[in-house]
Amino acid sequence: MLNDIVFWLLGVVAVASGVAVFRVDSMARATYALAISFVAVGLILLIFDLEFLGVITVLMMVMEMAIMAIYMIMFMGMNPALMPMSMVHGKRPALVVATGTFLVLAAGALLIPWPERRGAPASHLTVSLGEAIMGSKMLVMLTVSPVLFATIVAALVLAVPGGRYDRLGDDLRRRPDFHRPPAGDEQ
Amino acid sequence: MTLQTVLLVAAALFSVGLYGAISQQVVVMVMMGLELMLNAVILAVGGFWWFLSPAPDGQVLALVVITAMTVEMAMGFAVATLLHRTRNADMTDMATDLSQ
Repeated sequence: MLNDIVFWLLGVVAVASGVAVFRVDSMARATYALAISFVAVGLILLIFDLEFLGVITVLMMVMEMAIMAIYMIMFMGMNPALMPMSMVHGKRPALVVATGTFLVLAAGALLIPWPERRGAPASHLTVSLGEAIMGSKMLVMLTVSPVLFATIVAALVLAVPGGRYDRLGDDLRRRPDFHRPPAGDEQ
Repeated sequence: MTLQTVLLVAAALFSVGLYGAISQQVVVMVMMGLELMLNAVILAVGGFWWFLSPAPDGQVLALVVITAMTVEMAMGFAVATLLHRTRNADMTDMATDLSQ
């Protein structure tokens, strides 16, 4: 019973703060609203006894929202908390698509005859997850690891201005032109 | 609390995120919409795991979704940085040629 009340409370908070992301009048407040939505979902995962996933969801998303706030200040060049904004396009078609998607998903959730629960959770869920990704689900870990590493490399290549190969040529023998702006900075 | 109610909350979150991803003009706000959609997927995976098959497989799937979210965030910020540096653009309408 208590779990039901907490679930509904957190569910309402998650959806309401999700809506608030696109309703509040500043990007900083939108970031906080998104963080609250993620924390609510992380806490719902704790109701399902998914302690590890719930905690990393909360930790990761709070950090991500902090980074997002920095990006907004960088890109918008202002104090985003004080600057009202409404930058949308195609509001009505987006609303129609989103409502249609909700109706289809809700119909699926309510009309599909879901099967009965099979099995019971392990006594130590975090241990069982660790054993799975280091044992029978090792392939997932072996895939996720290089993907994350490739993401680091690709993100750096995209985000960092031109490096020494741009300045000195492929063979690194060209004399550097100190008056030329770095690649990517030409306006 | 049933699987249906969990999926309804997840569907609401997903739809709100979809609305944001389609309608917003600022790149960072579009990313927020995508994050909200992945948030819904995490909730749905947690619900499926708890109500249908509480085996480690479901937890591993949730871990993969969280990883996808991380990758999306990192690459999204990298592309946003590149756009801002090369074109001084932070709106999706300024980068429509990326879709070609």
